Amino acid sequence: MALLEVENLRVRFRVKGAVKSLVERDPDPFIDAVLNVSFTLEGGRTFGLVGESGCGKTTLARAIVGLLQAQRGTVRFSGQELLGLTDRQARPLRRQIAMMFQDPVGSLSPRLTVRSIITEPFKVHEPGRQDLEDDLQRLLSMVGLSPEFAARYPHQLSGGQARRVGVARALALNPKLIIADEPTAGLDVSVQGDILSLLARLQDDLGMAMLIISHNLHVVRHVTDRIGIMYLGRFVEQGRTEEVFAHPRHPYTHALLSANPKPDPDAVRDQVELLGEVPSLLARPAGCEFHTRCPFVSATCRTVAPNTIRLEGAHLFSCHHPRVASPDRAVLTGRG
Amino acid sequence: MSATAERVSIWPTGAWSAAVKGLRRVVREPLGLVGLILVALVTVSAIGADWFAPYDATEINVRNRMLWPSLEHLLGTDQLGRDLFSRVLYGGRIALEVALISIGLAVVIGLALGMLAGFGPRWLDAVLIFAFDTVRSFPTIMFALAVVTLVGPSLETIMLIVVVTQIPVYARVVRTQTLALKGSEFIMAARVMGVGTLRIMTVHLLPNVIGPLLILASMDIPFVVTIEAGLSFLGMGVRPPTPSWGSILNDGYSFISNTPWPVLAGGIPLILTTLGFTFLGETLRDTFDPKLRRIIE
Repeated sequence: MALLEVENLRVRFRVKGAVKSLVERDPDPFIDAVLNVSFTLEGGRTFGLVGESGCGKTTLARAIVGLLQAQRGTVRFSGQELLGLTDRQARPLRRQIAMMFQDPVGSLSPRLTVRSIITEPFKVHEPGRQDLEDDLQRLLSMVGLSPEFAARYPHQLSGGQARRVGVARALALNPKLIIADEPTAGLDVSVQGDILSLLARLQDDLGMAMLIISHNLHVVRHVTDRIGIMYLGRFVEQGRTEEVFAHPRHPYTHALLSANPKPDPDAVRDQVELLGEVPSLLARPAGCEFHTRCPFVSATCRTVAPNTIRLEGAHLFSCHHPRVASPDRAVLTGRG
Repeated sequence: MSATAERVSIWPTGAWSAAVKGLRRVVREPLGLVGLILVALVTVSAIGADWFAPYDATEINVRNRMLWPSLEHLLGTDQLGRDLFSRVLYGGRIALEVALISIGLAVVIGLALGMLAGFGPRWLDAVLIFAFDTVRSFPTIMFALAVVTLVGPSLETIMLIVVVTQIPVYARVVRTQTLALKGSEFIMAARVMGVGTLRIMTVHLLPNVIGPLLILASMDIPFVVTIEAGLSFLGMGVRPPTPSWGSILNDGYSFISNTPWPVLAGGIPLILTTLGFTFLGETLRDTFDPKLRRIIE
């Protein structure tokens, strides 16, 4: 049984009030921020969610933990349905799922000391426990912070230090799953590397699964086992990370990989450049929703939505004209 | 000096040193210094009225009526021969009592209602906002006169009026702050962690909304002092013979052709107190929370 199974998840937001949509005769005053997303995450593994800003990555993560309400679909954690639980029912599960938010400093309560922040999970889930100081020291050393940080306030921390505090808090109750929304956002490149290797090391030691959201392909490539590429709230492609990086099928994935700078200036690749801008969720394009930006668009794409095609290794994509050449191979042939 | 002993502070890095530092910044401002001195003067004289007052504030001595200031009667006497200096001291005590108790109550209730409106369900927010708007739509003094007419004048009536009219002011500020913080990541982090609503409000929200509220409340003290004096001046506040700056003013106003001293004795402390608290409150606001200026004005 997979640790986390998400099936056909749909999250919609109302964009017009009830009265306004009635007056304007708008039968559909909603946008779908996440649409029919399915994936599974095995225990101890890492899944990466990739996509441009506004594609629904964060919404998906928040719907999984119940911060936003999903309209349809199922989210099973260790076989138990998460959607529709009351706060009380969800409480025992909350200690098994920890979430890290984008803003390293902003996700820490500004008037509490690091000591209070890191020990809060214990106070909430194991009330009456006294020996919190040992746990505090253990967690601080685990994330590489010295004991004197316990007395600091969030505004006295650098981004990297605050992120480490966030990691320590997430690990406090030994969760089975950590959801990290842009764990490297707002950090210097060198610090980004530190945080990623910290997360990878902790995963080796503690064996928790991770769901990492990022728009940074380097981040995703090095720490994830599987990735899902999101566009307009849907997965356009997902599969094992090496497989997707080596043989991207969907032109969008291909374009994202092409946009990722390579250190070799002479490398010639078959680059895919996207056309135009991301369409509005209010007016999803007909047919294949990517057709407005796709360089390989054909007449079929404009009218018929592509089916999801499944390759071996659970490599899924939805495209009428999948790419076959791999970007890495293209580099080689270009040189030869 | 020996270099061996290391200074160890028993205070956490936060509260105490911040308070001392803040006070230093307040005193450095000329207005802040003047305000602080005036407030200290009024507070000390109100607390120590029993020791400082040379006479009983209600003792009538008709033979000594309307005396001019002398060593025996520092501010002279009123039309019933009561010592004005003693009356001013006790009047100050009443003014501060009314201000502190009623503002304190209004802050506590306003804080609770404001957080409830900001954090609770939409309908509750709508109901509370409607109630606040209704209360605030009456001009304070008209509302006060109406209540006094209904309930009858007394110290408690004044306090009740102040509490009722100030709750919406504080609750609104708290509600706005709560709404702004509600969607912030540290609150979401707490919710995902499984922190209950009560703990989110007291541990995570409260410390972030209380600072501006306390500054705002300190700026309302002069307002409440004038409300008390105003109602007492109109004979709708503190009952005679209990001294109040408002009733001293009224007495002096009736006999102003005979002696100017009661009016001065009642008016000058009122002006100084109001100015003192206003200066102090404004300096506190500007030093601790310059952003607040925009919220209030």
